Parts: sequence; C-alpha cells; structure tokens
Amino acid sequence: MAVCIAVIAKENYPLYIRSVPTQNELKFHYTVHTSLDVVEEKISAVGKAMADQRELYLGLLYPTEDYKVYGYVTNSKVKFVIVVDSSNTSLRDNEIRSMFRKLHNSFTDVMCNPFYNPGDPIQSKAFDGIVSGMMVQPS
Amino acid sequence: MAGSQWELPPELCCRPMAFVALTGLDVVYNAVHRAIWDAFCANRRADRVPISFKVLPGDHEYPKCRTKRTSYEWYIPKGILKTGWMNKHLNLVPALVVLFYELDWDDPQWKEKQSECATKVEIVRTSLQGRNTKVAVVLIQKKTPLPPGEDLVASERAAALCNACDLSGKSLFVLPHTDHLVGYIIRLENAFYEHAQTYYYTEIRRVKSHKEFLNKTTHQLLFVRHQFKIAFFSELKQDTQNALKYYRTAYSLVHELRAHETNMLEIKTMAGFINYKICRLCFQHNTPLDAIAQFRKHIDLCKKKIGSAELAFEHTAWMSKQFQSFGELFDEAIKLGLTAIQTQNPGFYYQQAACYSQDRKLQAQQLCQSGVSLPTPDPLETPTGGLDFYGQRPWRQGHQSIDPPDPEKEKAGILALQIKERDVPHSELIIALLSNAVAQFKKYKCPRMKSHLMVQMGEEYYHAKDYTKALKLLDYVMCDYRTERWWGLLTAILTTALRCAYLMANVKDYITYSMELLGRASTLREEQKSRIEKNLIKVLMNEVPDAEPECDPSSSTAAASLWNDRMALAGSNDFTIEVQDYVPFIQCKARFQSPSFHVDQPIQLQVFVRADCPHPVRFNKLAVSLSNQEYNQWCVVESSGQENMCLSPGATRCYNFSFVAKTEDVGKKIEMTGIEVMLGSETGRCVFLSWRGAGGDAASTHEALQAIRSLRHRGRGTEGRQELDWDSLTIQHSTMIISRVPKISVQLSHQPPALNNEMYCINFTVQSQEEAVARDVKLTAGLKPGQEANLSHTTYVTLNSSKVCDDSDPALLPDIPLGDLNPGEKMERCVYVKCVSTGQRVFLFHVAYTIDTTVEGQQINCKCHKDETVNIETVVPFEVSVKFVSTKFEPLDRVAVDIPFLLMTDLLSSSPWPILLATSSLQLVTMTSKTAQLHSQLEQVVLQTGECASECFCLQCPPVANSSNTVATGQYLISWRSPLVQTAVTLPHVILETVPLYIHAELPSFGRVRESLPVRYHIENRTALVQEVEMAVEPSDAFMFSGLKQVRLRILPGSEQQMLYNYYPLMAGYQTLPQLNISLPRCPTTNTHTLRRFLPQRIFVKVTHKHFEVCIYTLTSGSTVTWYRISDDFSTAVLTDLKLVRQHPPTLTSIHNVWHKKFFLSRMT
Repeated sequence: MAVCIAVIAKENYPLYIRSVPTQNELKFHYTVHTSLDVVEEKISAVGKAMADQRELYLGLLYPTEDYKVYGYVTNSKVKFVIVVDSSNTSLRDNEIRSMFRKLHNSFTDVMCNPFYNPGDPIQSKAFDGIVSGMMVQPS
Repeated sequence: MAGSQWELPPELCCRPMAFVALTGLDVVYNAVHRAIWDAFCANRRADRVPISFKVLPGDHEYPKCRTKRTSYEWYIPKGILKTGWMNKHLNLVPALVVLFYELDWDDPQWKEKQSECATKVEIVRTSLQGRNTKVAVVLIQKKTPLPPGEDLVASERAAALCNACDLSGKSLFVLPHTDHLVGYIIRLENAFYEHAQTYYYTEIRRVKSHKEFLNKTTHQLLFVRHQFKIAFFSELKQDTQNALKYYRTAYSLVHELRAHETNMLEIKTMAGFINYKICRLCFQHNTPLDAIAQFRKHIDLCKKKIGSAELAFEHTAWMSKQFQSFGELFDEAIKLGLTAIQTQNPGFYYQQAACYSQDRKLQAQQLCQSGVSLPTPDPLETPTGGLDFYGQRPWRQGHQSIDPPDPEKEKAGILALQIKERDVPHSELIIALLSNAVAQFKKYKCPRMKSHLMVQMGEEYYHAKDYTKALKLLDYVMCDYRTERWWGLLTAILTTALRCAYLMANVKDYITYSMELLGRASTLREEQKSRIEKNLIKVLMNEVPDAEPECDPSSSTAAASLWNDRMALAGSNDFTIEVQDYVPFIQCKARFQSPSFHVDQPIQLQVFVRADCPHPVRFNKLAVSLSNQEYNQWCVVESSGQENMCLSPGATRCYNFSFVAKTEDVGKKIEMTGIEVMLGSETGRCVFLSWRGAGGDAASTHEALQAIRSLRHRGRGTEGRQELDWDSLTIQHSTMIISRVPKISVQLSHQPPALNNEMYCINFTVQSQEEAVARDVKLTAGLKPGQEANLSHTTYVTLNSSKVCDDSDPALLPDIPLGDLNPGEKMERCVYVKCVSTGQRVFLFHVAYTIDTTVEGQQINCKCHKDETVNIETVVPFEVSVKFVSTKFEPLDRVAVDIPFLLMTDLLSSSPWPILLATSSLQLVTMTSKTAQLHSQLEQVVLQTGECASECFCLQCPPVANSSNTVATGQYLISWRSPLVQTAVTLPHVILETVPLYIHAELPSFGRVRESLPVRYHIENRTALVQEVEMAVEPSDAFMFSGLKQVRLRILPGSEQQMLYNYYPLMAGYQTLPQLNISLPRCPTTNTHTLRRFLPQRIFVKVTHKHFEVCIYTLTSGSTVTWYRISDDFSTAVLTDLKLVRQHPPTLTSIHNVWHKKFFLSRMT
C-alpha cells in the first residue's frame, strides 16, 4: 500500500498530496517534486510520434533507499505519483497499475464535476475516499 | 582528521601493480644509471606493462619472512586482515629484485668482476631469505652486443656468470648503453613482468595450499583472509577475472562469519573493502550493472548490521562512506567513458551518502553528551599508534570472543569514541556530499532534485550557523519552487530563511520573507501568521522582533543583541523591496479605465490593494509612477490625519486617480512603470513595497487564468456579487492618448473607373460641424502611402486642371492650406489624378485642423484630423493593334527595302463611355511616308464602347546602313479627350529584306473585252552585278497578247529594263493575267515565285462600253422578289447591293450559274 499519493497538474504544481501522517509530510512533498524530473524526461523521451499510443503508466521512476516512486501520466499531462515503502516487497507491478487506474477513474469523476474548476486543488470527498483506501492504514 | 577512520586505505583503492625492486643503480651520481632509471619511470602509459619500480640499495633489508607454520591446529586467528598486509605486498616485498652491474664481456678484469657480481647477488638472496622473490641480473655494457651465437666469448662468459651467481639463463640480461635505451628497457621490463607473474602465481599457490589445514570452526577468519589474499595476488598478477572471482568468494565468506557486537565493525570493514574491490573490478570490466547489483546486495546485507546501539553513528558513518565510495567509483567509470542515465547516476549515491551523514549527525547529537571528559588513559591509544587488524577496537585488539573482555574498558572505549564523534564537523561532510550530488544531478537533467539538494545544503549551512551561505542557497532555489507553485515546500524554505534572517538581524531579508510567509502562498497556520505579522509590525516600528521558534536559545540571545545594535544604528531605515517576483501579503493591481483616452477626456486610473495577513495592516502612502513623470503628481495618495489607509484582511480597497493629458502626448502611450506602497513611518522604519508595471505578483497570472476558466464554467460571472472578484481583476498597464474626435464631414465624389493617362477628377467637400472655428485646415490628398512601391511612380496628383500632369507632380500632395472653417461652413476642391498604369489604387484625403476646447476647466488646444480613403480602379481606354501589309493587302512578315508597303492601325475602345479622338499621327524613325501629307483619318471621331477606328499609311523603307535586319518603325500618337491626352503607341519593329530584282507592272485599273490593254513591266536590277534575266509569258485563255513571248536580256547594275506587252482581253470579269515567268540564272535563290508577288495577279475586265448590258436577276428570298439592275458599273453594283462575298467578286459566268434568269436589253440610256 502507498505511503504517499499525489496528483500533479500539467504545469507541475500539486493538485493533491496525501501522505501517511506518521512520517514527515515535507519529505514526501520533496520526493514527489523531485520525481517530476524523471516524469518530464520520460514524457519527452517518448517523443511526439508515439504520443498517441503512449503508455500512461510510467513504471518505477527511481528507487531511493527507503521508497519506490511510481508514476503515471494522463493524456492531458496530469501526473499521478504513488510512493511505496521499499520494504513493502509484496506489491507487484500489476497492483500498482490497478492503483493508478483506480486513481485515474476517480480523477476523471472529479473533472466531470461541473463545480470543479480544472487546475484548482482537488477537494473531493469521493477522491479522498479512494486515496485513503490505497494508503497504508495506520495501525 | 576526524573522518579519516572511515576513509578507505589508499592501498585498497589503488590499482595493484607488480612490485619490482631495482638495485645496484646509483641514480644520484651516475648519469648512465640515472638515464636507465628515467627510462623505467618516464612515460608509463597504458601500453607499458603494469609494474611499480623502486630503486633500493643493494643491501636493502626486505621485510622478514615469518617461519612457515607447519600446523594450524592450535592456531587461533586474531583478525581477518592485517593492516600492513596490502602495503607490504605493494611496496615492500618485491616480486623480483634486479641487480644492475656494469660489466662488458671483454672486460679485462672479468674474473674479479664476476665474483663481485656473484657476491652482490648473494647479499640480495640473503635478505630475501624465505621468500619466493626472484633475482635477476642486468649487465650494463658499453658495447653493442653481437647477434646471439656469434660472440662465443659472450656466451661462454654468460654461462660462467650464471653459474657463479646461481642464476638461470633466463634471469641474466644485457643492457647495452647505446642509442636505443628505451627500446631495450621496454624489452627488459617485459621480461621482468613475466618473472613477476611467475612469482605471484607461486604466491597464490602457496596461499591456496594452506586451505587443507584449516577447519571451519576455528579458522573462519582465515578462509576470508586467504581468499582475499589470493584475489589480491591475482590482481597483482593482473588476472582481474580471477581476482573478481576470489573477491566474490571472500565476500560471501565474510558474511558467513558469526557476527556479534564485538566484531561487527571488523566484519563490516572487511565487507566494505571487498565490496569496493568487486565494484571496482566490475566497472573496470565494463559491467556496471554487476557493480550496481553487487553494491545493492552489499547494502541490503549490511543495512541492518548496526552493531552497538551506543555507537549507532559508526554504522551510519560507515554506510555513508559505502555510498560515497561507490559514487566515486561510478563517477570515475563515467570519466573513463561509461554513460550514466538520469535514474542511475552517481548523484543518487552521493545523495544517499549525505542522507546517512545526516542520520549520523542526529545520532551523534543524541548519543554524545557534551561535558563528559575523555577517560585516561585514552582507550583509543595503542602501543603502535595504529591497529594490527582492520576494523578492530584499539582497546581489545585481536579479541574474537562474543563478550568484551573487560566491560569497564569497553565503556571507556565507547565513551572515547563518542567524544571523538562530537568533534566531527558533520555539516561540512554533509555539505561536501550534497554539493557532489548537486553537480551530478545538474549533469543528468534533474533540476528539481538539484533544487531539493540545495535546500538541504542551505539547511545544513543553517545548522552549521553559516547563515549567509544558507540564505544564498535558499534564496536561489526559492524562485524555482515559487514558479512551480509548490507552496508547501516554499513555505518550509521561507521559514528556514526567516530564521536565518532573524539570527543575522538582516532587516531587509527579514521583512521580505515575513511578507511572503504572510501572503496567500504561505501554508502556515493562522496563529503562526499572526505571530509573524506582529513581529513584522515590531520591525516596522524599529523594535526587536520576538525570536523565531526552533532557534536554539543561545543563538537567539546573540541575535537579539544584534537586533539591538541594528536598532541603535541611525539612518538606513528605508527599504525598497521589489515584490513583483514574490507573493507578498499585500497585493496590488492597477488599471487604466480604458485602453485609450481622447485628449479632451480626463484619464482615469484605478489602483486596487488588498491584504492577506490575519490582522489589519496600515500603510501610509500609495504612489503610481507613469512613463511620463509629469503625471505622477496626480497619482499619489498619502495618509493624512483623518484618512485611514488601513487594509482589513481579505477586503479590497480601490483608489481612483484622474488627470488631464497633455496635448503633446497625443499619439503616445502612457504606461504605469511602477506602484509603491509605503509601510511603516518615517519615525520607525519605512518599507516601500514596489511593483513594476501595474502590479501583480508571481502567483497572480495563474490565478487570473483560473478565474477566467471558472467564469467560463459558471456562465454568469460576478455580476450578482457586490464585491469585486480579485482574481478576475485584469491589469491594464498602459493607455493610449488619442486625438479628439473631429466634428467635420468629408465627402468625395467622382466617377470611376479612371482611364489610364487621363486627368481624373475627384471632387472633395468638407463641412464643419464644430461649434468653434476650425483653424488651419489642411488637406493632404493623394495616393495613400504604404501601397505597392511602383504605384507611387505611376501616379500624379495636382490641383491644376489646366495642364496635364507630368513626372514633376507628386503622388501625394501634403498639407494644402485651406484656411479657417467657420461652424457650418462648407468648402470644395477638385483634385486631379493621373494614373500611368492600370490597377487598383487607394487615395487618401486627410483633413487636419486645430481647435480650442476645455476639459475640466482647462483650456486646451487640440489637433483633430479626419481621414477618408477612396479606392479607384484605373482601366485602359482603348487598345491599339498594328499590322504590316503589302500594297496588295497581303500580310507581310518582312518588308523589302525601297518597296512600298502599308501600315494598318486598329484602335478598339474599351472605355465605358465614348472617347473623342482629337487627332492621330505617326512619328517615323527610319521609314518614310509615301504620302506627302499625313492628315489624320481619325480626327474628331467619337468611339463608343467596343467600337474600332482604323487607319492606313503607305510607307517605304530606305536601305539601312547597318547590317541588322530589324528596323524600328516609330510611334503612333493618339490625342484624345479634353484636356488633350496624348497616348503614344510604339510600333513594332519590322524585319527588312533586300531583293536583287524588283519588278513592277504598269497597267490600267481595268480592261475591256476586246480592247487593247497595254501592260508595261519594269524590271530593276538592285544588285551591283549585271543580271541576266529570262522572261517568258505563259499563254492564257482570257487574253491574247502581243510582245516578246520569250526573251533573255541583261540589265546593268542599278538600271531598269521595260517590257511592253499588249494584252487583249477576251472575257469579262476578274481575269488572271497571263503569267510571267522570270528566272535569274546568276541568282538562283530568286525564282519566279518570289518575284511574282510584286506583280498584280488579276485584272477586272469590263464588257465593251459600246453596248450597255443590263442584267436583271430575280432573287428569291422567301416570297419576295427583288429586282436588281446590273449596270455598266457592274462590279460596284454587285459589291454594294448584293453584298456578295467580298473576297471573291463573282465573274459573270459564276453569276450565270447562280442566278435563274438573265435578260439582255439592247441599248439603254
């Protein structure tokens, strides 16, 4: 399960960041922010020709000693980042993918809300609920 | 050096090379020996064999070899690897000792020298007692040796010397000291290298042979030690593949060791060494992925092996070092050509190393209490000054059991280590590692990672109390986080920065950071903001702010005294802060009410100010500066006693300014160059917040964008709300001052299209609707500038209708003074335009005048102007076509010299209305006219649209001097329309030809049946030669003739012959004349055919004039019967009345065939 989940706008500012309350929140902000370097590089590396068939899931962005950072980019260049504890070896790639898919679906619902202004921070309760379900449960 | 405990020993990090000792060389006093030594040392590039040479004296004492152990049964090893071992084999125990000796084969004292040499060899051998080190002898000779086998003395003496020294033949070398020293040296060292390899090979065998004596219970340490030694010897042997293999075995063995608190450090140290070697060799073998995998394995295995909890900082220090040295290896490999990628580069290892160093610092802070004194005697002191084995404790070296031998000593030792750790400059280490990482991430395009590390560096500097550097770094990266709108991170950085500014008592920075922390970008809680605002107000009142929380008390006290000093300092209490690039807590936006103002309107300007801080804030002055500074005085508002310039949180205040523009500024832009808000007062501190342009800050653009989006979504914008929506407030930073709206009407009347070249009249009317007198009315009329360039060269404008424009007239008539115009008055002018080329043109009529008016009580003198444009098309009035025909009306493609021909012109009108042609004339160049007077046939002709007027001229071309055969004809001038316009048409050139013989006939215009018809042929010779002409007349049915039927005659140059024939027509109507056959035997190119074209073909023969013949034909056309009388003048009757085919006037016979009835009447008068 994730220790931090973030949604980043096309212009690379955060729309939503949630991390486990037990750890330093700021550290996760930095982790998510620095992972954007890799996301940007991966997006640009795909090139324009392949942009249509591009796989949204970017896979493991970079490993740190303590965390694994996974990335996902929607077609409108909104980025999802999921940070997982390195010690959590039970999580498979497929599970991460399905987490991203769930996140994407929920994000689409947020965007469909006529009262939501794209580009504003996400404050949806439904989205919050989905994210909470994916986070490490405080025990 | 406190950190040195964790540094890898240099002998581990170097590349092991075979050690060869050179003896018997006197490199100080002997030039030859010096040269030899230099040749060994210099230019040791990659292509030379890897040997490290050392010059040693002949009687050098090599390290003693311990007596060989025969049994390991009772032996308990004290540690894994001795600290001196690697160095010993790298630098102390040679693989080969080479003895240099000067001896020529034919040396007179051979015997003595041989025995001296043998003695020297013996000395070396003795000091190497027990070692497998090889000995070799090199004879330095002055003479070049003969090829092997030829010098019998040499081979004999060599054998003797080998014998005497107990050397194999392979260990004796000869070094002739001649020209090719380097070549010989390279051959020598290759031989040495082979010997060294043999030596290391035997060493490996020797170490391997110990294995059988070992048992797994007591000798576990030796398994590791032996594998390490084998691997190291393999490296010395340059067998890196095997070395890697043995290191890997050693690595797995080291982890099989029983680990407990007392030997944890030793195990980790050795594991670290071996891991380093493995990674190094993997990079060397260009298998970086293996290196990374090994390192990951190493870290995973060792991460949890913390060891003693009281010395936890040792573990983190060691971990940090592991990452650092791997990073360095990686970096080194990159320098040698390896390519790294964004997600796998040395930066990550440096970063992780820094991370562990940070942990180390924290642990050290927790574990190492200050105030404890070092126990005596220092447990870290050892008798030798160093350790015997790597990774052991100084106070219990060689101790291998689980429990420490002496708990008291153990405690003292740990305490000593803790005290030592306290003095370690952790921040320095961390910063060095971070800056390494920053350099790497910069290289691998990770700007955000770089910023993050720079923040960490800044924080580390803050912890190290180097606030200046901390601020410099933090300030540098803040902007990145601000532009990317990561407010949480920005707030965190600002908080640290604010602490730095507080501790340094840096007023300006303190205010700047406070302002941003109070602003809307800050994610601080209300109470924190409230605290910061209170502090800010204190600073503005020149008081000492409260200490920032989380600053340590001692620093805060120091800071407070700094603030007090600062306060005492008089002056320099004015600060201007450029807030445009921040997100300050006071927002400001300004706009002109309209993007343009007429000069007779007051200019209106609004400034909106709003505060985001938790408490109301008071300011004292608001000033807008404009591009024209004269207006600035109107755009200032200052707090006077009553007016309260106070901003309540979240509320927007609007300040309105208005002023009258100067008339000089008409057509200019007025821009806001800046806005200043003054906080504080002169009595305390003055802070000027200054915005460039018309306000806005680092975040406002995005907010405005979002506001627009949301408006679009919600449809009905803010109209329902009373308050202004701040975000959707747009900035209008400049306005245009435009001239007063003119109150005059301009009318243009004309009749398009214009004809090419004509004087086209445009009627211009201006009428004033002003209430005052319009003075200095000026008209600018003509071609509107900015159209196609050549239009201005083909258009002429004038006011003068009496004469036709020419090149001297301009395309645009500027500033025609029209005088003053009273209210309601009307004025008219005619403007004439001549367009030389066709096409569309835009004409501009610009009326300018001045008028006096008042704005807000101010009298101003305004300039007004009105523009009117008109689009006029110019068309061609008529088209002229010209053709050349012969006198027989046959089209000519070339013209014969001196022979008359006809020029026919057709003038086709394409003008939409009738054209009056005044006259036309020819201007001939070469040609001459055959007709004396050239009276125009077109005079006063009026052509309707589509009508055509033709003229015909008979011309002749005189012989032309030059050889060119084309000749210019001249121009055809047509004058038309009134006032007279003359159009010149250039006539086409003609191709000239000369004829050698010209023949023309002189004959009446018609003949009569049975009446004589005299025909005289003139034959002219136009050549300079006598021409012989053969003439013959062919018989014809229509004629009888008399004259010479066939003749041959000569014509002299330039003269002519006449031939007279009497033709006697037999039939009426058009008759073909008898054909004349002419040939020029001397000029075969000219044949009958070419000459015949000059002659008439046919002649009309009338019936005898004695009898009138009247023919009456009935022509049936429908039911009507028309009677025609065909009179004597038969042909005209036919042509005019019947309008028969003109080209083929019918003969009587053909009429017979066509018409039904025919009557002959005799004698009609």
